[in-house]
Amino acid sequence: MKKLLLASTILAGLTGAAFADGHEVKMGVILGFTGPIESLTPDMAAAAELAMKETAGKVLDGKTVVSVRADSTCTDAAAATAAAERLITAEGVVGIMGADCSGVTTAIANNVGVPNGVTMVSPSATSPALTTIEDKGFFFRTAPSDARQGQVLADVLKDKGITKVAVTYTNNDYGKGLAEAFGAAFKATGGEIAISAAHEDGKADYSAEVGALSAAGAEHLAVFGYVDQGGKGIIQTSLDTGAFDKFILADGMIGESLIKNIGKDLEGTIGTLPGSESDGAAKFKEVATAGGLAKNDGPFMPESYDAAALMILAMEAAKSTDRAAIQSKMMDVANAPGEKILPGELAKALEILKSGGQVDYEGASNVTMTEVGEAAGSYKELVVKDGKFETVKVR
Amino acid sequence: MIDFLNALTLFANFVLIPGLAYGSQLALGALGITLLYGILRFGNFAHGDTMAFGTMTVVLITWYFQSIGISFGPLPTALLALPFGIALTALFLILSDKLVYKHYREVKAPPIRMVMASVGVMFVMNGVVRFIIGPNDQNFMDGERFIMKARAFKNATGLNEGLAIKSSQLLTVVIAIVLVSALFWFLNKTRTGKSMRAFSDNEDLALLSGISPQRVVLVTWILVGALATVAGVLYGLDKSFKPFTYFQLLLPMFAAAIVGGVGHPVGAILGGFVVAFSEVTVTYAYKKFLTYLLPTEYAPDGLMQLLSTDYKFAVSFIILVVVLLVKPTGLLKGKVI
Repeated sequence: MKKLLLASTILAGLTGAAFADGHEVKMGVILGFTGPIESLTPDMAAAAELAMKETAGKVLDGKTVVSVRADSTCTDAAAATAAAERLITAEGVVGIMGADCSGVTTAIANNVGVPNGVTMVSPSATSPALTTIEDKGFFFRTAPSDARQGQVLADVLKDKGITKVAVTYTNNDYGKGLAEAFGAAFKATGGEIAISAAHEDGKADYSAEVGALSAAGAEHLAVFGYVDQGGKGIIQTSLDTGAFDKFILADGMIGESLIKNIGKDLEGTIGTLPGSESDGAAKFKEVATAGGLAKNDGPFMPESYDAAALMILAMEAAKSTDRAAIQSKMMDVANAPGEKILPGELAKALEILKSGGQVDYEGASNVTMTEVGEAAGSYKELVVKDGKFETVKVR
Repeated sequence: MIDFLNALTLFANFVLIPGLAYGSQLALGALGITLLYGILRFGNFAHGDTMAFGTMTVVLITWYFQSIGISFGPLPTALLALPFGIALTALFLILSDKLVYKHYREVKAPPIRMVMASVGVMFVMNGVVRFIIGPNDQNFMDGERFIMKARAFKNATGLNEGLAIKSSQLLTVVIAIVLVSALFWFLNKTRTGKSMRAFSDNEDLALLSGISPQRVVLVTWILVGALATVAGVLYGLDKSFKPFTYFQLLLPMFAAAIVGGVGHPVGAILGGFVVAFSEVTVTYAYKKFLTYLLPTEYAPDGLMQLLSTDYKFAVSFIILVVVLLVKPTGLLKGKVI
């Protein structure tokens, strides 16, 4: 029996080795497939994998980038770190697309990504604190910092003539960072924050939280939480008790499941989401539909596609799958000079790079990296109309 | 006068009504704990997960009913599924008694060993529930959600403040009253109930006078199953069903049972409301309430909130500790833990 086990183990090892025949390059896709944003992540991963599919067999003279998925859980730093560790040491990925939520992303970058010299590109970690982590240049993000989102939200409210709001945020790096950024920006425009209180995710009952928020006397409630978690509970309870009926949502709260769960009471709710209505965004929808994705315009899908695409292009530009070489070329492919590249044109970009030319990847989310390696960021101002999030304008 | 009415409505909407509903749910849960403590003489740590198990069976049966088109008009379908859920939960509890607790009773193990065994049972139930229905939120409320909507109240009365009453809140209070009355009738008037109380007061004497211990144990588990399932379903209808939050309910429920006096059914109900109202009143921000009542120049600037809502669970802890220190028998004289 023991021998049989041993033999089968060896056999399994051999077949595993046979598959990794040098034509495949592994890229980690670490997102919260379980946890508070689990309704968003499958589409994000699919978008990233779309970029890999598009370049299959064309990278570095016939290589294919394949995805290795791992679960960041969005909230559990230890679990996320362990998952990233597995990707880097056991799977030998050349780069990581991820992680998603700010807290786990910081943990992975500090504990595994940067120490091992692995390039990470997060499509959705937006905490302002990530701008200043010691990343030795290995951490990038295609999502802009929430410092910017706070400013945009404050501008939106100012334009609408809203001068007093209650703020509730999910009690983690993302929520706190955004609430602070928004608070500072809103006060600077002359607004007043009536109350800013945290809420815990995963509770059944938010009536006490909503009671406290409503007592402060603001008419609008800004919710900086997660669409499948406390944020939804807060909105539901607010509507049930009649405490608030006008909401302001940040990116973590934008998702169709919210409208599905809450219904028509959300009409007129305003929100912001990273993204743009550029040619790239429209092109991405076409590419996603043609690629057979379930959705073509989910939150953070364009950023996910761009994150994977950037690393693939950097690989080609570096003419190597070496981790450090990829990192050194990230900024070159993301920014000018070079030929502008939109979604669906990755093959063309690879050709240009192969022949020694330069590209300026625009992608689905209009990528331009700041010097610390994060998207400068344009935001869509959204409003809920007829049961759908509709873009009012891009800021 | 209008200000006074506004203040009252505000208080009712955010403190009184949620507190009443939450208190009833806690009271039903604490009754199960206290009953088990009084008769089988151990604190059952698996009670929160028993509630989760019972609610899960009801949720599954409700989904089945919905899929074959059975509904209960304006009332939630879950009420129809309730008897089946209670039966299944009672069966599960009796099975756990046969497999675990029976052994400890026979060897006359000290109560602490029974408590530890119940922690084991808790983890098993925890796993079973997550295995069957998963760890996520399940919404199984259907039928009419509101008796009164906040906006409708505002329009009807012309007050600034709205008053919302969810049908689940009214159902909770009504069902709790019916169930508790039935329980007291059963314990005080029926033969089986009397024999249970006799067994609780003095086990040896009860045995000598010919009371069958097996029967008492069996009936106790059935009652506990019924109380836990009803409490869980009402909580789930009112809020939402998520296994982990049911596990968290264990603390306020134990606090309620102990505050009222362990082993004392009336005490459990009293304790349920004491804990619920302390949690809600301590964490409520009174700014708006006081602004209505006080003359304009005295209106408060701050939020007038004693404790941030983050510390809601701490309130039950504090009550628990204070009661154990000051009056270990609880408000009504129960057994000392």
